[in-house]
Amino acid sequence: MISDSGYQRPPRLRNLFIHLVLIASVLIVLLPYYLMIATSLKPLAEVFTYPFTWLPSRLAWENYGEAWNHAPFGRYFLNSAIIAVSETSGVLVTSALAGYAFARMRFWGREALFLIFLGTLMVPGQVQLVPNYITITRLGWLNTYYALIVPWLASVFGIFFLRQFFATIPQELQDAATIDGASHLTFLRRVVVPLSRPAFITVALLTFLGSWNALTWPLIVTNTPEMRPIMVGLLSFSSEWGTQPRLLMAAATFSVLPVLAVFFVLQRYFIQGIARAGMKF
Amino acid sequence: MRSRTTRRLLEHLEAYLFLLPALVILGVFHLFPIVYAFVVSLLRWNMIDPVRPFIGFENYRHLLSDEKFLLALANTSYYAVVSVALAIPLALGFAILLNRRLVGMSWYRTAFFIPYVTPLATGAMVWHWLYNPDRFGLLNYLIGTIGIPPQPWLLSPAQAMPALIAVAIWAGLGRDIVILLAGLQNISAEYYEAAQIDGAGSWQLFRHVTLPLLSPTTYFVLVISMIGAFQVFALPLFMTGGGPLNRTLTIVYSIYQQGFQYFRMGYAAAQAYVLFLIILVITLMQRQVAARRVHYDL
Repeated sequence: MISDSGYQRPPRLRNLFIHLVLIASVLIVLLPYYLMIATSLKPLAEVFTYPFTWLPSRLAWENYGEAWNHAPFGRYFLNSAIIAVSETSGVLVTSALAGYAFARMRFWGREALFLIFLGTLMVPGQVQLVPNYITITRLGWLNTYYALIVPWLASVFGIFFLRQFFATIPQELQDAATIDGASHLTFLRRVVVPLSRPAFITVALLTFLGSWNALTWPLIVTNTPEMRPIMVGLLSFSSEWGTQPRLLMAAATFSVLPVLAVFFVLQRYFIQGIARAGMKF
Repeated sequence: MRSRTTRRLLEHLEAYLFLLPALVILGVFHLFPIVYAFVVSLLRWNMIDPVRPFIGFENYRHLLSDEKFLLALANTSYYAVVSVALAIPLALGFAILLNRRLVGMSWYRTAFFIPYVTPLATGAMVWHWLYNPDRFGLLNYLIGTIGIPPQPWLLSPAQAMPALIAVAIWAGLGRDIVILLAGLQNISAEYYEAAQIDGAGSWQLFRHVTLPLLSPTTYFVLVISMIGAFQVFALPLFMTGGGPLNRTLTIVYSIYQQGFQYFRMGYAAAQAYVLFLIILVITLMQRQVAARRVHYDL
């Protein structure tokens, strides 16, 4: 602890000062959200006014309906949900199996394979963009869910994160299970998975949000509105309706709501995951 | 009874069955493309042209004289260095404030963290409106209240990149704070007690205890921030389209343009490999510095 280290100012005054600094900073950090929501609820005539008005004269909820109807947002959301749920379940299964193999099984080439996987973390994703686009084109998957989902069904980060967790499970548990005749798969399902719930939640959360917020890959492999996830939909919406901030801000608000909802419910796991792994998704 | 070798073989086989799904996906979509991208970068590959001749390092040679790419390189370096240099001290300051056990600290932490969870696309849209160059923009209104005339922000070649950097800091600060805070909480109180007995004041505690003992964490944040910054794409895509006058064109934006707007796959792959090299060099260089400068807890 760094606190109370012989500072001259009385602690109470100093604490008040710290709170003031933090409150001011938080207000600045949250200002864009205020602008987003306030603009999304302003009637047309109050958006382009000078001086800026902090509050709308009445709440123009119709902006939301108007924005929603100007683009197939329902479809965008559905696509994002399908992609994020499939990716998350896929990553959990493949990472659990592979992480288990790395943590608790002996096999030829384990160390080499582990190093190769680790090495791919150093390669920026843009390197794979062109070859993967070519692969997807050759498979005839352009503008399909396959293209959006299949390349992301496994994650090196997921494998490592679960492997670290699995490695801490006591060997005695495994020995006991083996004596009872349990196979590796049974031990994984009955013992390892229930014991590793927090790790699974963290991986699920980071994968889900990563998938929901992904932009580059869906941008290049989709070419019709029916296949677009919400982030790509927002891009076309913002170029089409750029002159209507109240509609843009309404769309921005409903695009961010699911993410913030997930975050607020599970923020403990989320912050722990970031603090432990520090991974940018 | 099965022989021991058969049993061993079966065990290895079983392990590979566990690995199989991940191996297939990662092999096809993550490992193979690293090699294949290099092969493509040696070809003249245009999507419409069926002939894809091998041209050696011609694409790379072309990069060195391509003014637009060199500008993208300079823009990205500027963005990366300035955003990281500003973000880390700021995050460190907030982490130290939040490390004091006062009421409401977790609320502040959550507030700082919200922009990091917010999709960058959404954040970029909101900031674009905040930066509105007319008098209607909130930022121009705010600076107007202290007598500064409206600024063009994203429309100005000189202001556009700093404007993006501000958004990047806003978006990433929460992550940096959370990681640094975890680092601070790992520093044993004994070091502070020992230093205090020796009569150290709070600045000396910060300078000679906190800073050195936190350096592995700070170094980690520095590396991942730099790597992330060199891959910036969503901000210019949503906020400036790479303009004005290509002043916010970044490396990844350039890869996107070459590969997926002009369909020059070979050239785009070469640019991606240059990005890979830059990131590799940063990682290795920082590792060298770290070996001399970073202090690990005993």
